[in-house]
Amino acid sequence: MSDITKQSLTELVENIKNKKLSSTDVTKAFIQRSEKSSELNAYITDDFAPALDKAKKFDQNPNLDLKLPGIPMAVKDLFCTKNVKTTAGSKILNNFVPTYESTVTENIWNEGAILLGKLNCDEFAMGSSNETSHFGNVQNPIDKNLVPGGSSGGSASAVAGQLTPITIGTDTGGSIRQPASFTGIVGLKPTYGSCSRYGIVAFASSLDQAGPMAQNVKDCALLQEVISTYDSKDSTSINFKRNHYSKELTKNIKGKKIGIPKEYRVDGMPKEIEDLWQKGIQYVKDCGAETIDISLPHTSYALPTYYIVAPAEASSNLARYDGVKYGYRAKGENLIDMYEKTRSEGFGAEVQRRIMIGTYVLSSGYYDAYYLKAQKVRKLIKNDFDEAYKKVDAILTPSTPSSAFKIGEKTNDPVSMYLNDIFTVPVNLAGLPGISIPAGHDTKGYPLGLQIIGKAFDEQNILNIAFAMEEKINFKNKITDWWIK
Amino acid sequence: MSIDLKTIKHISKLSRISVDEKRAEKLADDLNSIFEFIEKLNELKTDDVKPLTSIAETTLKFRSDEIKSKNIREQIIKNSPEDNEDYFVVPKVIE
Repeated sequence: MSDITKQSLTELVENIKNKKLSSTDVTKAFIQRSEKSSELNAYITDDFAPALDKAKKFDQNPNLDLKLPGIPMAVKDLFCTKNVKTTAGSKILNNFVPTYESTVTENIWNEGAILLGKLNCDEFAMGSSNETSHFGNVQNPIDKNLVPGGSSGGSASAVAGQLTPITIGTDTGGSIRQPASFTGIVGLKPTYGSCSRYGIVAFASSLDQAGPMAQNVKDCALLQEVISTYDSKDSTSINFKRNHYSKELTKNIKGKKIGIPKEYRVDGMPKEIEDLWQKGIQYVKDCGAETIDISLPHTSYALPTYYIVAPAEASSNLARYDGVKYGYRAKGENLIDMYEKTRSEGFGAEVQRRIMIGTYVLSSGYYDAYYLKAQKVRKLIKNDFDEAYKKVDAILTPSTPSSAFKIGEKTNDPVSMYLNDIFTVPVNLAGLPGISIPAGHDTKGYPLGLQIIGKAFDEQNILNIAFAMEEKINFKNKITDWWIK
Repeated sequence: MSIDLKTIKHISKLSRISVDEKRAEKLADDLNSIFEFIEKLNELKTDDVKPLTSIAETTLKFRSDEIKSKNIREQIIKNSPEDNEDYFVVPKVIE
């Protein structure tokens, strides 16, 4: 089979279970394609040789009852992987080799998958274009010099470019859904507390969630089923009854009520995004669902709230990088000088900027005006969703206010970069699940996504709506393999 | 509101990130444009709103205080930039 890397995860699992393919065949195919794809810069660290060994070992005594039998998979370099370097895209962690495994990746390996390598991302997941990575920007497989989005840019690029059958990213303000939208793939941000944060390099602890990034909704449901487990090692992990998302997946969404929030019609939004949204509304109606106009009145306050809450939590989380326990250390004249130089040399510009914002809003005299204020507005934003969900089962919006932009286009203006996350940030602030599915192309031929937001713990419902819409949309990603020589 | 260079120096001290003059000026510009954007929150009256402090709205679970990992000193020290077998090493702090 020559086109192994073109197959979906579901097809690969099927073919391995039917013994039409071995894990070695599949692993080899993805390694070969990854090796030819260095121009995408999707990987920070590869683990190809050990992956092939693991595949061969799997084939000697294959356990075909597992959910991901012998499936190779690269993961975002924000997940700690035992004995494999984990950098979070930062210079300050460029020599960090974890001695433990994150719960989410542990769950994946326990179901038979094999680590291919660690994927590029914005430094500490702070960015919307993968341009803040210490290891260089990532190319979008859709077109040369186009950003793949961020922060899970390497993950999005690797799935769209068929370097890995599927992957996991993390989403603090849109870091799964925005790059999924920019590269024409599916990305799910689960409910806060659904996937364990144990062993994920922390950015903003009240917002961070891991989630799947896949070629299609069914693959996405299958991986969500594997990674979502209760974990006592994460104090905010929630013990709720989890569905068998892939088994229970259905296209029957008749009678579902889908909310259309008027506040997401923002000033200056390109007409093609509005048109896409209208098409999406027609698709869900064609599937037998009903659409209802709703209001989420505090939507425009979500980004300013996020840019207080996230940096505040980040400044606290990133205090641990002091050059003592792990990571990079600069030489200093004394202890304080060593700290200051280590952090100045070890962190990139965007991370420093966010630490400074966070430190400022938490500092004496400013806490009430900024941090407390933001927590109050966060409550209002959550109340908006609670009110809306009295009337509807899910909410449909565009994923992003534009398609992917050129590398370098927004790097000089942090606020214009932040505006990318305008439709995704409210979902994190309210702790809700959201999925982005590819839904069309703009005039340049770049993919555009639609987002379905669910009630807390209602991943099954948004996966079902996405599954039904996916069939109607019949999206085809335009990948030309331009980067392969 | 405007963040001046003196404030940047103060935040840089609190953040333990050394910043030279050139960087400080750039940071002041960036932070001012970001805070201008954040000021939008002042449009909202929030005196009677209870702050959202935990999204999960569950009480934290208790667990017994047991040692689960034993003899992991080597693992803990493994990634330190400088160590002395059993200890992390830092620049001299006592004269």
